[in-house]
Amino acid sequence: MPDSIIRLDNVDFSYGNKKVLENVNLNIEQGMFMGLVGPNGGGKSTLIQLVLGLLPPEKGDIHLLNKPIDQFKQWNRIGFVSQKANTFNKGFPATVFEVVSMGLTAKIGYFHFMKKKDKQRVYEAISLVGMENEAHSNIGNLSGGQQQRIFIARALVSEPELLILDEPTVGIDYQNVDRFYELLHRLNKEENITLLLVSHDTGVLTKYATNVVCLNKTLHFHGNSEEYTALSTDYLSEIYGHPVQVVVHDHG
Amino acid sequence: MFSDIITFDFLRHTFLTGLLIGIIAPLLGSFLVVRRLSLLADALSHVTLAGIAFGLFIEKQFLITFSPLYSGMGFSIIGAVLIEKLRSLYKAYQEIGIPIILSGGVGLSVIFIALANGFNTDLFGFLFGSVSAVTVNDLYLISAISIFVILAIVLFYKELLTLSFDEEHATVSGIHSKRIHFLFIVLTALVIAASIRIVGVLLVSALMTLPVAAAMRLAKSFKQLIFLSIVLAEFSVITGLISGYYANIPPGGTIVVISIIVLILSFFWNKVTLKQHKGDRVS
Repeated sequence: MPDSIIRLDNVDFSYGNKKVLENVNLNIEQGMFMGLVGPNGGGKSTLIQLVLGLLPPEKGDIHLLNKPIDQFKQWNRIGFVSQKANTFNKGFPATVFEVVSMGLTAKIGYFHFMKKKDKQRVYEAISLVGMENEAHSNIGNLSGGQQQRIFIARALVSEPELLILDEPTVGIDYQNVDRFYELLHRLNKEENITLLLVSHDTGVLTKYATNVVCLNKTLHFHGNSEEYTALSTDYLSEIYGHPVQVVVHDHG
Repeated sequence: MFSDIITFDFLRHTFLTGLLIGIIAPLLGSFLVVRRLSLLADALSHVTLAGIAFGLFIEKQFLITFSPLYSGMGFSIIGAVLIEKLRSLYKAYQEIGIPIILSGGVGLSVIFIALANGFNTDLFGFLFGSVSAVTVNDLYLISAISIFVILAIVLFYKELLTLSFDEEHATVSGIHSKRIHFLFIVLTALVIAASIRIVGVLLVSALMTLPVAAAMRLAKSFKQLIFLSIVLAEFSVITGLISGYYANIPPGGTIVVISIIVLILSFFWNKVTLKQHKGDRVS
């Protein structure tokens, strides 16, 4: 059986009196490309915050890499690309190299400096996302899609086993979204990185993800992406609380 | 001035102090500006003024002599801690601590100045800077602060940069953001206390932000930003001290006006290089 990367058992979470997550059970195994979909306000981002240890669960247990989350310390084994990543200060005078290096800060640790092999790693992460020609460009001068690649490189440079992406394609123009998913697909297959991707765009996601979960307070669907695309629109409309149209993308 | 520097001790002290703050003020300022915390320097400088007025009052009241820089430094650090406290109390209004501490600092300053029987030349020097007020003890204190600040920035450079660029990412990746931020704000308080002798309370934030604003127009990387802003600050400090000395003007004024001229020149520099780039592409 493959290793469990993230496991949630009977997790509840509320903001004040409002229950956002109820009895959520989820197991993400090594090598999966898990798509997390659901309506706005359905608790997707809250779930991510719980998994990242930014919020404590009200009830239930969360395990990361087989360790209870309150004892988990090896945060450099997990990479995170936030939906806020592309709202960064565009005037920040930093090069692509400097930004990607920031992904190693915690791993190198206090009172230690960057060594030659760390720099090598930064260049490798930059070429992994296909941005080697821009390594010394100012990040503010790149396009939204290119910037998002850089943030992936920043998450990848510490060689994580799991990459969590929260709405990473927001703000990327339509043509670049497919290229972006191709990159994720390659990371999942060739670099063997487990992925958890949050998106409201179910169409493109189901084309690339191996598994899909649909969350609206509770988990409504948990299975592989073929099964998800086969779901009737009536059933999905019930989960979302409004009519939805599933746009099926061919598995090319 | 150079022969005078050799002849007069006090000028040598002033000059050396100027060179030191020409390094540390823009060094800290680079982080302040990119984190959009430039006003923090203003708030802390006004608290420092309260500390200095307190020191002058104690000096006068109890007839003891000590450098008011120490009480200024103490107040500045307390102010920094309070701003942080207010930041965590008003999570949705993180900048609210700045006007509270600024006005609190001015209020206390007024009270201590009145208790110390009003304005005198010492106070004037602290407000606008002075070429003649730096004592040998001040020089020692400012050197110690400078060494400490530079060491701390070198040691925590990567953490400070990571935090400045993206606080959420820094926290998620396991950096102790709160402690690093606290260290940063204490360093800022120290730099302000150190710079006050030369540029004065009212203009200290200018030395931390103007050279950085000019360097921002030219720098591509953060390291370039730091390096350029130090070069520009040193230029402003040196020329400002020399012209202030000859024209008998407090150096705070001359240094800041020269910094502003440098800033305006940086706009033109930007235009020239942009035109060149466009020209390159056409040809």
